[in-house]
Amino acid sequence: MDVTIISESSEGDLHPVTSQLIGASSEFGGSITVLCPGGIGSSEAASKEGVSRVVSVIGDCFETYDCRAWSHELAQLVDSDILMSSASHVGRELASSIAALKNIPVVQDVIDISDGLTVTRPIYSGKAIEKTKINTPCALTIRANSFEAAGEGGDADSATVDSGSDISVVVKKALAKASERLDVSEADIIISGGRGMGTPSNFSELNDIADVIGAAVGASRAAVDTWEEIPHEMQVGQTGKTVTPSLYIAVGISGAIQHLAGMRTSKYILAINKDSEAPIFGVADYGIVSTWEEALPVLKTELENLISN
Amino acid sequence: MGTEMGVAVLLKLVPDTTAKITVSGDRVDEASIGKWATSPYDEYALECAIQLRESGYGEIVAITCGKAESSKVLTDAAAVGADSLIHIMVEDDKLDSIQIQSLLSAAVKYSKSEVVVCGKQAADTNSGSTGPGIASLLGFSCVGSVSTISQNGESFLASRLGISGNEEVEVSAPCVFTFDKGETELRRPNVRGIMMAKKKPIEVLSASDLGVVIGESGVTIQAHSSPPEKSPGQIFQGAASVPEVVGKLRDEANVI
Repeated sequence: MDVTIISESSEGDLHPVTSQLIGASSEFGGSITVLCPGGIGSSEAASKEGVSRVVSVIGDCFETYDCRAWSHELAQLVDSDILMSSASHVGRELASSIAALKNIPVVQDVIDISDGLTVTRPIYSGKAIEKTKINTPCALTIRANSFEAAGEGGDADSATVDSGSDISVVVKKALAKASERLDVSEADIIISGGRGMGTPSNFSELNDIADVIGAAVGASRAAVDTWEEIPHEMQVGQTGKTVTPSLYIAVGISGAIQHLAGMRTSKYILAINKDSEAPIFGVADYGIVSTWEEALPVLKTELENLISN
Repeated sequence: MGTEMGVAVLLKLVPDTTAKITVSGDRVDEASIGKWATSPYDEYALECAIQLRESGYGEIVAITCGKAESSKVLTDAAAVGADSLIHIMVEDDKLDSIQIQSLLSAAVKYSKSEVVVCGKQAADTNSGSTGPGIASLLGFSCVGSVSTISQNGESFLASRLGISGNEEVEVSAPCVFTFDKGETELRRPNVRGIMMAKKKPIEVLSASDLGVVIGESGVTIQAHSSPPEKSPGQIFQGAASVPEVVGKLRDEANVI
């Protein structure tokens, strides 16, 4: 089955999830076309193993993000069995919008593909897993870090399409730049704090450790609801983000059911909590019963030593 | 602006986010879920619609698509101020995304609304397909992950999560907005609102009333399962154990 991928960009480059989309597409054994909105990352995409064709879709409408304009332009270039994009908020919007233009179904947030077109995805923010068979043509979005990235060594044909859609959504001003930090939904290591951190300023302790190991910083719903300094983007759990990192470090988080739903599928979980009865220890691979005030300085030093060696 | 330009709010009934989800046989056991509520992000959409009406924009039509029980979200919306209520009655919840979008967009057309608001994703499927999908079907603009909107003359200003951070955008109707949590405080119904809502009529429409032909679903759920149980972890006492645990992260788990 042939796949058309809509690439994801980040700060003017190809976002790493795009290689994972290409890796996931290789399961289908057909040709792989990558569409690059605004042409961003097209030469890098063409060098990925397994890609047959890369199309830079350029034009004024790609200067800023307008879901309708982008979808109209991209949809004209999709005629494969499967349309695929990242399960980021923009990837989901584009997949849904193009799927509707093509009158085909979309299945979001896929973490596994098997037997042709049976896909697995978490539902209820990870409280259950759903396996679905899909007819083609269809659209799929893929969760970051769920599939092996395609390697280098490809030499795809490249083309450019100049598009002329008008935009209807005009960006007036940037309100806040996305945090310099990694987003929790795409990080390989996450360190999260809960209300047990005492005050929002204590999250700086988590930031320091995150800097040492290249982690994203998350938070529990209790922390986000209690302190306006902790933005909702950081919230892990139901009504926040569902995450699947290699390592999830929960600090001062008791482990409410809706938080556990969002992080329990992490590969490894380290919990630090002073209450030995906290539910978070029920899902932790490693639990340290300690106050964060005592544990975090030691953790930081140990990780620094590990990284510098 | 005249009141003829209404706002359609799309609402979905989902298990309360604190509910435990159990799997029985190979399906989620819905009967075991005690508490159901309006999907949280949809509540932010509804709040925004109420604020728009308070600032002089049109009436609010609340629309849901689902089984008989789903009417709860409409009555709850009426209790905080929805003006009219439409229930697209579907018995079978095996509809795929495009089928649901066809029904909802037909109901929006029927309501003659030019602004549609809904949550950025529902708390059960966590998909986020509905808003952008119906925007495509209706030919409306679409602004996703919005935290606030306000009227700006003939257009709207919305703060949304864009590609590289939060930004303020300007857009004109017809448009679909999908809502994130934001900082908006949700209002709670008062007793009078609850009493009035119980008497508010719900217009029940079938697919055929809306002129939508529902064919075969493109997706078939094969099985639900519980997330894999974790084997009990290793518990250590006190901060002095941190070096040992870090060693295990490196040597046992190989994650650092």
